[in-house]
Amino acid sequence: MTSDSSSKTPPLFDTSSFASRHIGTGADAQRAMLDAIGYDTTEKLVEAAVPSAIRARKLADSSLPPAATEREALAELRLFADQNTVNRSLIGLGYYDTITPAVIKRNVLENPSWYTAYTPYQPEISQGRLEALINFQTMVSDLTGLATANASMLDEGTAVVEGMLLARRASTSESNVFIVDADSLPQTRALLQNRAEAVGIELVELPLADVSAAEGGLPPAFGIFVQYPGSSGHIWDPSEVISAAKEAGGIAVVAADLLALTLIKSPGELGADVAVGTSQRFGVPMGFGGPHAGYMAVRKGLERQLPGRLVGVSKDADGHAAYRLTLQVREQHIRREKATSNICTAQVLLAVMAGMYAVYHGPDGLKRIAEQVTRRARYLAEAATDGGHTVVSGNYFDTITLETDRDADRLVRMAYQAGYLMHKVDEDHVQFSVDETTSDDDLAAIAKVLGAEREYPAREGIPAWIPERMLRTSDYLTHPVFNTHRSETSMMRYLKYLADKDYALDRGMIPLGSCTMKLNAATEMEAVSWPEFAGLHPFAPEADVVGYLDLIEQLQTWLAEVTGYDTVSLQPNAGSQGELAGLLAIRGYHLANGADARTVCLIPSSAHGTNAASAVLAGMRVVVVACDERGNVDLDDLHAKVAEHGDQLAALMITYPSTHGVYEHEVKQICQAVHDAGGQVYVDGANLNALLGFARFGEFGGDVSHLNLHKTFCIPHGGGGPGVGPVAAKTHLAPYLPGHPLAQRPTMLAELFDPSTSSGTARGPAHRNAVSAAPYGSPSILPITWAYIRMMGSAGLKEATGAAVLAANYVAVRLRDHFPVLYSGDNGLVAHECILDLRPLTAATGVTVDDVAKRLIDYGFHAPTMSFPVVGTLMVEPTESEDLGEIDRFIEAMIAIRAEADAVAAGDWPADDNPLRGAPHTARSVIQGEWEHAYPREQAVYPLPGVLRNKYWPPVRRIDNAFGDRNLVCACPPPEAFE
Amino acid sequence: MTDLKYTAEHEWIRADGNELTVGITSYAADKLGEIVYAELPAVGSSVEAGKVVAEIESTKSVGEVFAPVSGTIIEVNDEVVDSPDFINDSPLEKGWLFRVEVADPVILDGDEFLTLDAYNSLIGE
Repeated sequence: MTSDSSSKTPPLFDTSSFASRHIGTGADAQRAMLDAIGYDTTEKLVEAAVPSAIRARKLADSSLPPAATEREALAELRLFADQNTVNRSLIGLGYYDTITPAVIKRNVLENPSWYTAYTPYQPEISQGRLEALINFQTMVSDLTGLATANASMLDEGTAVVEGMLLARRASTSESNVFIVDADSLPQTRALLQNRAEAVGIELVELPLADVSAAEGGLPPAFGIFVQYPGSSGHIWDPSEVISAAKEAGGIAVVAADLLALTLIKSPGELGADVAVGTSQRFGVPMGFGGPHAGYMAVRKGLERQLPGRLVGVSKDADGHAAYRLTLQVREQHIRREKATSNICTAQVLLAVMAGMYAVYHGPDGLKRIAEQVTRRARYLAEAATDGGHTVVSGNYFDTITLETDRDADRLVRMAYQAGYLMHKVDEDHVQFSVDETTSDDDLAAIAKVLGAEREYPAREGIPAWIPERMLRTSDYLTHPVFNTHRSETSMMRYLKYLADKDYALDRGMIPLGSCTMKLNAATEMEAVSWPEFAGLHPFAPEADVVGYLDLIEQLQTWLAEVTGYDTVSLQPNAGSQGELAGLLAIRGYHLANGADARTVCLIPSSAHGTNAASAVLAGMRVVVVACDERGNVDLDDLHAKVAEHGDQLAALMITYPSTHGVYEHEVKQICQAVHDAGGQVYVDGANLNALLGFARFGEFGGDVSHLNLHKTFCIPHGGGGPGVGPVAAKTHLAPYLPGHPLAQRPTMLAELFDPSTSSGTARGPAHRNAVSAAPYGSPSILPITWAYIRMMGSAGLKEATGAAVLAANYVAVRLRDHFPVLYSGDNGLVAHECILDLRPLTAATGVTVDDVAKRLIDYGFHAPTMSFPVVGTLMVEPTESEDLGEIDRFIEAMIAIRAEADAVAAGDWPADDNPLRGAPHTARSVIQGEWEHAYPREQAVYPLPGVLRNKYWPPVRRIDNAFGDRNLVCACPPPEAFE
Repeated sequence: MTDLKYTAEHEWIRADGNELTVGITSYAADKLGEIVYAELPAVGSSVEAGKVVAEIESTKSVGEVFAPVSGTIIEVNDEVVDSPDFINDSPLEKGWLFRVEVADPVILDGDEFLTLDAYNSLIGE
């Protein structure tokens, strides 16, 4: 084991180091594993696996400091935090201060049972978070008055974009126009501009509140977008424009504030087809922009057009109600370039929190909060009038816009001096928003800033400043779950009850290939909820967020160094958005060079479906490149496709190491061929965990990549989000990476940007290539990745890669005699994951990949990735964080399962009555009634002695997928359904 | 089912004068797995040979159905929209998808229309 010059003792062997806590296998365990594979050291193993041509060069000086201890890292994070100032935000614009109920903070946000879980693709062991998500869906569906809501979007801005794209798919209009309300959030308008341009949609911006729809004020359009209430706070009745747009064949998309919807008519009641927005103010801290759960709901008939994940109700093998992800064939992993969206990871943890906020407060509590907010807004409107300002609209919920007569700066400054942040709209106008946290003391202080000289009576009763015809009279949140858990005891137990149903990293290994379910260390999580990181508005002034900006810039520098690129943007909120941002950068580069015809994106057939879906959203045309029988890119086909599309070649998207878990030998030549033809190389960084410290994308040919901080860099999966998908690029693409109209500081992109290379757009377009609603995406979780890199140092990161590759090769060697390992690279080695081929077993015994995956539950494991990238296989990624005991336990389970399959083949058990086909077994299924199966009860639930000690009981048996897809139910079923 | 013709895209066709009834083969239905949804064309719409005209979704994949000939859709099987399992259980009978009318009576003897034997050898049975 060699080490970096920066540390004398290799971190792995120094138990005071964080690396020795992060990496599960110590020196003795690694020795034993290496012996099994036949290598002397981990370093030699990785060097035999990684082609020498791409090996990282030694850097003269590194920006990464030597590893810090956990205590030191927290002290440094504290210094960053101390440079932030948490003033009281009245900025609004889609982000509001909120009170996270402490019972939710402690039992969800800070509870590994929730934050270390994976996306619920194995529904039998995910019933807890599936119920939490169906609560969220029911909440959104009820409040918006629309039939079906999905299980979250990435943020409000991207949800509006998805609404626009949905409208284009579903509309019968021939028009290419999407009408946008001028009173929409500024970040939403920037996102719409960027995304519409890429796919050839024409935006027409109109002040819809003033347009007379009856007199033909609307141009022909496939859709219309209304912000409700308006960005300025104005409440008006959009039902007439909605109806006019729909009569012309358009689809109406309304972005609505969920808290306001407890008081005012729902989008559904106004005729909207689609509602979108954010659930941030339902108990999720602002966090300088994220993460928060966006939402989308649609009317009946549009369910199949929904992007993202959707939870539905089905039944299990015993006929009991059970939850699962439904209508999955809409999604990018199946439909590829024809998917409804490229979104995959969403914001599950935050959606769970928002849904639980509604469970905790109930309909009455939410309404009480909303009434308090709007009465306090009224108080401040009166104070402003009294102070000599003009309130622009007399109809509002929480936001007041003032006309100040060229005095906007002065008012904003005075507010700041009093500790409050207001939003300057322009020289004449200022707006401010009231939220759940605005207190009586705040009202008095703000009234003083506004120049008011007296106090106003507290308001009660119906808020008369909301037009009576706009007041909501319909019910919402009537399901018992929203009306039961009022006491903290009940709430705490409900959260525990749900968490206990699920399998997360706090129970055992989750060996999901391509998902990198490594440790999310407690120290890394520590700073996330510090007020100096959690309590900041994304558009707070630069002076308030210096610590954040410094941390972000340092992290960008580190990520650029380890990937071999020049610049990094942390804005994309998920890998899918990082892909899109990278492809849009390639598109921008080609356009700036006059190469408008370069629109073809080559994607190997082995690629993740998201690649293809993202390419389409970047305005590109997907051409598939074949793979050979070893799982590598077919070089002949690649050269043929490059030749065929020469002048039209925009990019190649390639994953490295490949989705087959192999270090492709020819990657350098592949990149070169694309460059020679004038194309750009996009290296998908999903598998970076197999490369860090040994090779760099930017050195072997990549022009741009996205990384998944929620894979390689320890941000927890949260049960399906949050994610962070930074995009890293070479200098020539830097001008086209995501910027933001409201960013506090020009990013490192601007420094690299040479205006002379571009035709007169030195500051870039107005939208600045934005792909997220907030300038820095989801900053409040960036301290996790910062802490990981800070505590590992470059030597530790390299050790982690070695341990991950060692673990995967150990699994491959140990299981090779029982299940063929499908692909391998140089010297017969795999990278950080291996594919176990079950197809011969299925052919010989009838035992399917599903049977094995579900049987692993009975043995106490989460299944590996099923049927990706090859149907009928399991892809295993142990990661560096698992210790040898756990890895051996998994291997032992797989070998035992193989023996069970052999017993089926030998005729010991019937093909339709054996422990594999019957898996998973619930406690109820082995206790209730007579046991009439061909195999004993003990075999069903305690197949190995080790399981006796630590038994995980799945709450449901195998779930009927077809029943759930054929009988769509996506809201909380009545309690009787579970009797 | 000797009166049926087949395509390499795993559709079957039954011709009756100017009218063709189209469905997917039992092999295709098995490959898709449990079918949960069928999106059929609108009655009265015109279709072009070789273009996607319908989609069949299972729990894990989606199959596209191509129009075998150009013509006008005169009827679709609304029953499979309500009971998509018909396509699995009875692909040649209750699971038919749509009927298309062509300008002239058709004789399905082109190379693109396979006999049962030719289709079976295509799928290796």
